[in-house]
Amino acid sequence: MLDLYNATKIYPGGTTGVLDITLRVKKGEFVFIVGPSGAGKTTLVKLIIREEVPTRGQIYFNGRNISRLRPGDVALLRRKIGIVFQDFRLLPQKTAYENVALALEVMGVSRREIRRRVPEALARVGLAEKLHAFPHQLSGGEQQRVGVARAIVKQPLLILADEPTGNLDPETSRQLMELLADLNTEGTTVVVATHARDIVDAMRRRVVELDRGRLVRDEEEGGYTAGCSPLPITACARQ
Amino acid sequence: MLTASYYCLRQAVTSLGRNFWLAAAAAGIVAVTLLILGAFVLFVANLASWTRTVESSIEINAFLEAGVDRNEVRRAVERLPGVASLTFISKEQALREMRRSLGERADILEGLDENPLPDTYRIKAERAEQVPALARSIEQIPGVDKVNYGQGIVEKVIAVTRWINLASLVSAGLLGLAAVFLIVTTIRLSVAARQEEISIMKFLGASNWFVRSPFLIEGMTVGLAGAVLATILLNLGYLSLVGRLEEAPLFFLQPVTDQGFLLGIVGGIVGLGLGIGGLGSLISVRKFLRV
Repeated sequence: MLDLYNATKIYPGGTTGVLDITLRVKKGEFVFIVGPSGAGKTTLVKLIIREEVPTRGQIYFNGRNISRLRPGDVALLRRKIGIVFQDFRLLPQKTAYENVALALEVMGVSRREIRRRVPEALARVGLAEKLHAFPHQLSGGEQQRVGVARAIVKQPLLILADEPTGNLDPETSRQLMELLADLNTEGTTVVVATHARDIVDAMRRRVVELDRGRLVRDEEEGGYTAGCSPLPITACARQ
Repeated sequence: MLTASYYCLRQAVTSLGRNFWLAAAAAGIVAVTLLILGAFVLFVANLASWTRTVESSIEINAFLEAGVDRNEVRRAVERLPGVASLTFISKEQALREMRRSLGERADILEGLDENPLPDTYRIKAERAEQVPALARSIEQIPGVDKVNYGQGIVEKVIAVTRWINLASLVSAGLLGLAAVFLIVTTIRLSVAARQEEISIMKFLGASNWFVRSPFLIEGMTVGLAGAVLATILLNLGYLSLVGRLEEAPLFFLQPVTDQGFLLGIVGGIVGLGLGIGGLGSLISVRKFLRV
């Protein structure tokens, strides 16, 4: 569903984002993209949502070459991807309900449909009671759940999360990752860029590791770093 | 699609409410611009109408040599391009006119034993700027002794008209630019206030038109408000001017009151207001759409 062939991004000024990344994500997969800061995780995310255009190489999403989209088609691409941000990116003057509804409003979904789907999405992330709370009235974990609800309300082909737990405490982070894993079990493809070592080690999912822009490891059921045995988890975490 | 238009409308109204005084100021400046533009158009139209009156009254007097076949001269004149009409004034008629215009002092003509005046053709040109060239050609016709057409005045009228036309056009253009710039500034504040929202909407898959529309509506509303204000002020001002001119009629100043023409100006002002507002909004949003 998501295919990268030698995708390379070199920013103006010569900084390397990613180098020759070839990667295939199949429908229904759950993939962690790991690596230290500056390894190219964020660049990879930006390439997938067409915020950046690759300098070389091709990227296919759902059968279309997204390096050659016209501006109008970029919007259509993004309607099929639910994006979750590290800093939540909720609108402070809008309630949880309105923030989630915005995702459908920009797609031109009817108001009746919005009234049905938004509470459903918020209930799915466990916020059925907080429809009309403003972001500042919610905890960090709850805010990020609103972010997830906004991503899933449009029934995306792919949920793409860029450091979704970067601003959350460990317990809240674990719960959020469980939520993403549950959504994956229900059939949505999930790609998570993260450096939450403990969680990656605990979940034993496919791990793609980047280092200085290059793909250095692609492991089914991997840990945060190469060669970790599944148990005990703490041994991996403390390297 | 209905959702989208509802959303856009709501956003525009919210934004206008938030920046009410700024929007009002921008509308006021658009109004001033359009008012001046409208006044220019009215001035130019009236000037053109006045010029036409002046033009149509400019005549070339061609004095004939004694004993010439006047019909031959007439044919030669009529062959020239740009001749609108031609009247023959016989020397007797000319003398009568002179006597009449001299009034009480007409007795100075009594001492004449014969009429010293020549036969004359009075020729009107189709357009004032043709007069000098036409006069020169007529002077070349055999049998024409002298030509007279108020030399100098025509050239001056033409030069002044051209200059005023050019000046109005340039000023109108500059004022229009200033108005666009002001709308850009106003809308940019709205855009800046919603910058985060725009970028989020882009990530959620909003089309550029979806993002632009609220600002477009906002800018066009400001432009329209300015246009309506300008129309009202211009109408009040012009109508009172026309009324005053009709009270004290000056035969050479006939204000243009053609309904169709005035409606055309109103339409133009409204269209320009919407255009200025729309253009300003598009310029303001453009840079924020590249996400």
